[in-house]
Amino acid sequence: MSKAISKIVSTAVPLDIANIDTDQIIPARFLKATSRDGFGDNLFRDWRYNSDNTKKDFVLNNPTYSGKILVAGKNFGCGSSREHAAWAIKDAGFDVVVSSFFADIFKNNALNNFLLPVTVSEDFLQQLFNAIEKDPKTIIGVDLEPQTIMANGRSEKFEINDYKKTCLLNGYDDIDFLLSIRGDIEDFEGLYATRY
Amino acid sequence: MPKTLFEKIWDRHVVKTIDGGPSVLYIDRHFIHEVTSPQAFKGLEKRNIELFRPQQIVATADHNVPTLNQHLPIKEELSRIQVQTLVENCQKHHVELYGLGHPYQGVVHVIGPELGVTQPGMTIVCGDSHTSTHGAFGAIAFGIGTSEVEMVMATQCLLQSKPKLMRINVEGQLGKGVTSKDIILYIIAQISASGATGYFVEYAGSAIRDLSMEGRMTICNMSIEMGARGGMIAPDQTAFDYIKGREFAPKGTLWDKKLAQWKQLFSDEDAKFDKEIFIDAAAIEPMITYGTNPGMGVGVTGEIPATADPKALTYMGLEGGAKIKGQKIDYVFIGSCTNSRIEDLRLVADFVKGRKKAAGVEVWVVPGSKQVEQQAIREGIDKVFAEAGFQLRQPGCSACLGMNEDKIPAGKYCISTSNRNFEGRQGPNARTLLASPLTAAAAAITGEVADIREFI
Ligand code: SF4
Repeated sequence: MSKAISKIVSTAVPLDIANIDTDQIIPARFLKATSRDGFGDNLFRDWRYNSDNTKKDFVLNNPTYSGKILVAGKNFGCGSSREHAAWAIKDAGFDVVVSSFFADIFKNNALNNFLLPVTVSEDFLQQLFNAIEKDPKTIIGVDLEPQTIMANGRSEKFEINDYKKTCLLNGYDDIDFLLSIRGDIEDFEGLYATRY
Repeated sequence: MPKTLFEKIWDRHVVKTIDGGPSVLYIDRHFIHEVTSPQAFKGLEKRNIELFRPQQIVATADHNVPTLNQHLPIKEELSRIQVQTLVENCQKHHVELYGLGHPYQGVVHVIGPELGVTQPGMTIVCGDSHTSTHGAFGAIAFGIGTSEVEMVMATQCLLQSKPKLMRINVEGQLGKGVTSKDIILYIIAQISASGATGYFVEYAGSAIRDLSMEGRMTICNMSIEMGARGGMIAPDQTAFDYIKGREFAPKGTLWDKKLAQWKQLFSDEDAKFDKEIFIDAAAIEPMITYGTNPGMGVGVTGEIPATADPKALTYMGLEGGAKIKGQKIDYVFIGSCTNSRIEDLRLVADFVKGRKKAAGVEVWVVPGSKQVEQQAIREGIDKVFAEAGFQLRQPGCSACLGMNEDKIPAGKYCISTSNRNFEGRQGPNARTLLASPLTAAAAAITGEVADIREFI
């Protein structure tokens, strides 16, 4: 499922709520699978559905909004380390999540699944929400090479470390890299055992 | 150059550092459980590689297990498959498993320390965010995602960027009825649920040093609830005494050698932190949360802030400006990796002895491990609970995350000793109030949020 990403140009789905935790993204009772697939159906399950009816006012159920970019409030992805949260978002068709602040573990999990977390300023985030509210067809452009996000004629640079950027652009993952240095790891173990 | 506790441990585990990127960090111990490991095993099989160091992994079944009739096959099919998959994966890949029915089975963060697997100076990871618990022993311990579980299985290493460092100093004496759980709920209420994002936290100060290992684990456990990558406490005699003699603790001359090294694990006098916070222990009341993240907490005699997030209050069915004391409670859950150790059960039993639960309140006590359960029975704690009308169940994560049958019904109020009060955490539309075991016990007796200090 690993796939390189570089440029994403799309409309966005706005979720103007702060502190969205992983229990909201994918409730624990849906974590019983033993494979990585199919979690998208239960993304934001309890916000999207009543016992069996759809909650019409929830943004993911509103056909006005669509796209590959999820724009969310501050401190997105806090809570548990469940990677299922990143799988569910990716599986639901998103390639980018934009917020002014991400929880650490979520960020790592997202990157490991080629879901790009883009951290923007509080101000820029608010403008995004305003722009999408005014026109749900607002196009957002995220370009990984120059590390920019653009919308409504305004752009901002975002941070990502060089190593991760190379991985995303080329579709490499950390395991490939770590396996390639297994010799170094064995040498380290030898030395470590004599010291500690 | 003076170093922090974190830096001392980190530096000795760095295999190499990538230019402009993270470090390759060597991992000493890896705990796994049934929920976040199956996809990692599958990933390895797909790549056609073996586990690199299976003897450094310990597995248990905890998140999804029933807490009644554990000797019977698990009724719910998906849960049964998940637990069975763990058993098969561990057999196939030669990983030590303390599964259902094993005398060492229990919540992963309870059994690691209890068995002496967790030791000072180690790097410890698990596919569970509360891995920070193990930091109480002076280890770098943190939660990881499933892709990272796979990395550690494949290479015993992770790619990690060095976090910023924060020290939280808690000085002074705790008041009557105030426990370590109240300290951490107080800290999170002060700095918010994202106040430590990007940091690794060291807890220090006289109030921390005075705590037992159980109390320290409760504090480190909840580090993640303020966004921290992990939390840790410098190991001292209290830690060494706790570890000594445990099943997997070093023995004989190896013990002496390790002990000498462990005694070097503290932050040097002039070590630099990116941020320091000072807390006065005497100012801390028994705490309780009113909202939908662990930062939304107040002292038990306090008021729900009038400015509190309306969405959270609507979900909780509470009103800003109102007193939290006196709020009616339907369920009491005493358990989870935050507060399910023998010391927690003893504390509750001491208070409950000779008292009875309030009518209409359902009380579940779920021990953190098989060993805790057996110890409670040996001490007669089971009888105290039975007389009070508390149900003592079998070990697991239980209503902490409601993955098994132990769910709080929609709209009901549960006072819980666990670590998360997120919407739906304990079941769809369940309303969770986080508190210490003592405050939970007081609620069990009175049927409402009560001030434990009025009873002791
Ligand atoms: S008890 Fe709760 S917090 Fe602890 S490991 Fe289990 S689910 Fe996670």
